[in-house]
Amino acid sequence: MEQPNLNYIKELSGNDKAFELKFLDIVKGEFPVEKQEYISCSERKDFKGTAEIVHKLKHKFNILGLEKGYKLAVAYEEELKRGSNKLKDDFLRVLVTIENYILTV
Amino acid sequence: MMNCIIVDDEATARAIVAKFCEDTSEIVIKEEFSNAIDAIKFLNKQTIDVVFLDVHMPGFTGFDFVETLKTPPKIVLITSDKDLALQAYEYDAIVDYLIKPLTKERFEKSIVKVKTAIENQKIINNASKVARAANLGELFINIDRRLIKLKFNDILLIQALGDYIKIKTEKEEYKVHNTLKKVKEKLPEDVFLQIHRSYIINFTKIIDIEDNSVLIDKSVVPISRSNKPKLMKHLNLLS
Repeated sequence: MEQPNLNYIKELSGNDKAFELKFLDIVKGEFPVEKQEYISCSERKDFKGTAEIVHKLKHKFNILGLEKGYKLAVAYEEELKRGSNKLKDDFLRVLVTIENYILTV
Repeated sequence: MMNCIIVDDEATARAIVAKFCEDTSEIVIKEEFSNAIDAIKFLNKQTIDVVFLDVHMPGFTGFDFVETLKTPPKIVLITSDKDLALQAYEYDAIVDYLIKPLTKERFEKSIVKVKTAIENQKIINNASKVARAANLGELFINIDRRLIKLKFNDILLIQALGDYIKIKTEKEEYKVHNTLKKVKEKLPEDVFLQIHRSYIINFTKIIDIEDNSVLIDKSVVPISRSNKPKLMKHLNLLS
């Protein structure tokens, strides 16, 4: 399973440690809320709403260096727009990986 | 220094744009918004140079946002969607289109684009202002107890001749008992420029400038050394 990394955040910060911490705090605060929104929307089988949240979440995949995860999210978003959710479990696995990772940084 | 607002429902995305803005000395952040409606209310009260705008926001897209504003500032769209670029460039206000995740290099290029767009807008606004002033205004002069109306746009130049001034239009010349100083006060300064102790010219009528003289219609008008920088500053010069 692809693992997240802080490469983009470090490049963004330009070695500004205070910014890195502040930025990670924002990710740690925002991600669980978005994940929960995603789960609720997905359980309601609201494909359009779920696609919108996936669209937002895929930016986090990018920020955390998850290239394969990002491609999966793009495909999943398109699938949802077509009214299908076969990639749901794969997507959830990426979310759980991120959730675990941000507890360690 | 330009000012901006950031509009994105995602806090991490706002933090990235804010970081890049802080890293450049060219732009200052006035406010950040997590929803479009609050940003529109703010823009209705304040003048802002540029908006960094997310396309996908709940209930209100970036395009809805641009269409809602009567006189939108310059807009830089930010999105994860590569397919919206063509649609974006249909809007005059949208000067650039950035794909998430943003990079510093690309953001800096965007700032250059915004600066150029703002400068070009100023030139266009100024040119329209000058054209408006030249077309709309008029001056009444007293000749033999008769008040004659001269449209600003018809006046080519005014020359001081002792206690008189000579006003040259495209068709006539008028000699009026007055001073250059007094007539200057009656003329719009965007259109008329004193380029010599004895001459005021209609800036929009310049045909060419050579060394220390200006050609207007068939008249060659001297430019004094002290007035030359002022004249050059007025020119929309392609350097």
